[in-house]
Amino acid sequence: MQKKVSIPQLITIFSPICLLLLWEFCSQFAILDPRFFPAPTLIIQTLVQMGESGELFTHITVSLTRIIIGFLLGVIPAICIGLLMGMYRYFRHFFSPIIMIFMPIPTIAMLPIILILFGIGEFSKVITIAISVFFPVAINTAAGVANIDKIYLEVAKNYQANAKDFFFKIALPGSLPVMLEGIQMGQAIALLTIVAAEMIGASSGIGYLIWMNYKAFLLPQMYVGLLLISFFGYFFSLSLRGIERKLLPWK
Amino acid sequence: MSKIEINQLSKKFIKRDKFIDALQDITLSIQQGEFVCLLGPSGCGKTTLLRILANLEKTTTGDVFIQQLDKEKPLQSMVFQENGIIPWLTVEENVAFGLKMRHLPRAYIKERTEFYLSKVGLTNFKRLYPKELSGGMKQRVSIARAFANDPEILLMDEPFAALDEQNKFILQEELLSIWQETKKTVLFITHSIDEALLLSDRILLMSSQPGTIVKDITIEMERPRSIEKVRSDSTMTDIFLDVWEHLQSEVKQARLK
Repeated sequence: MQKKVSIPQLITIFSPICLLLLWEFCSQFAILDPRFFPAPTLIIQTLVQMGESGELFTHITVSLTRIIIGFLLGVIPAICIGLLMGMYRYFRHFFSPIIMIFMPIPTIAMLPIILILFGIGEFSKVITIAISVFFPVAINTAAGVANIDKIYLEVAKNYQANAKDFFFKIALPGSLPVMLEGIQMGQAIALLTIVAAEMIGASSGIGYLIWMNYKAFLLPQMYVGLLLISFFGYFFSLSLRGIERKLLPWK
Repeated sequence: MSKIEINQLSKKFIKRDKFIDALQDITLSIQQGEFVCLLGPSGCGKTTLLRILANLEKTTTGDVFIQQLDKEKPLQSMVFQENGIIPWLTVEENVAFGLKMRHLPRAYIKERTEFYLSKVGLTNFKRLYPKELSGGMKQRVSIARAFANDPEILLMDEPFAALDEQNKFILQEELLSIWQETKKTVLFITHSIDEALLLSDRILLMSSQPGTIVKDITIEMERPRSIEKVRSDSTMTDIFLDVWEHLQSEVKQARLK
């Protein structure tokens, strides 16, 4: 293995460092108002302090649990319905209009009704995430199945694949690339939704952390919340890419 | 009894409220173990005929019959034009595909797969995915898959059309050598006269729309053949010219329509 850093890689590493340095400089010399834009070093210090007090970890675990459970609760039925829609015309015609009706509504706009139905407990947050994740995954899965090249369907037919084999050998693996793109989208949406939901109706979590610290005008603490979201977004995205590579060695 | 029997088959397509005659009044019989090439200009319906035999398309009138000697064997397996191998399965899994779909014993599948992988020279590539293969290697996988499935008849839809000349010659000879060992009945579609002369016992010449069989030529040249021998043989040259003239006039007629 050769370990040589190429110029494009260098630029990729350099650009965020550049931004941070600029920010640090502007903040230290009050070119940007340091009350609103605390220096990155100060934010890191705050992060360490909050970490030491332990309070940070409860917020993180609360948010992550919500995201993971909600994500799974949305993705699993979405894949099932998406596959059925892709494989059976009647399913597609039945579910398409329902999805079209609900998809344009931001899940956050449905939060009031979710709160009425499921109360203010954990379940309502999980449901909010599940709903927001459901749509992109279901639509992409259906599209993934529909986009499988016709010739593979004919190969399966010519070689006498039964319904079960057709599903596991053709429909599922063939739709996987587009389905995973949907899951990647769902992951991003889940993060958006949890923060918004926690800002509105929660007493813990990263979204709550941001909102409360804004209200208390503790801006470095608020920035810690932003930093965490950025980190987890990147982390989830990378993990999904890793899973994708494992699942799609043929791509 | 013949292996393949086609009786007064015709096929019509509907295209913008109009009927199009793709095939008309085709009657033919093919004997066990024969290698038959269907030769014709593009758009003459030869692929349609093959797809009807492959049960991927229905006849409009008439019927087709494939003799089944062994109840355990599938009736037919098809070698597709190109991209017929499944990208998310490895070379090995692709070759084993038909056998797996029939849920045969695992040891048997493994043995057959290994056998045909070595026949087409892909043993060392068996764990690769199709994206890593060249066009010629992909078609080898496709051929191995069809032979491994051990069907009553083999259907081949211009399997070498997308390959370059050199690869084409190599694969044609490989196909002939496997065929001579297994003595399968093969129906092979091509638009290349050279290919048909090299491969077949019989050439069925087709006219374009509506597709009918206009000539049934028996090729008696002894096997094994090679492209050099075919090119230098005088009877073969005569057949070539005959077929060539026919195809020329077909294509011209189709243009005038």
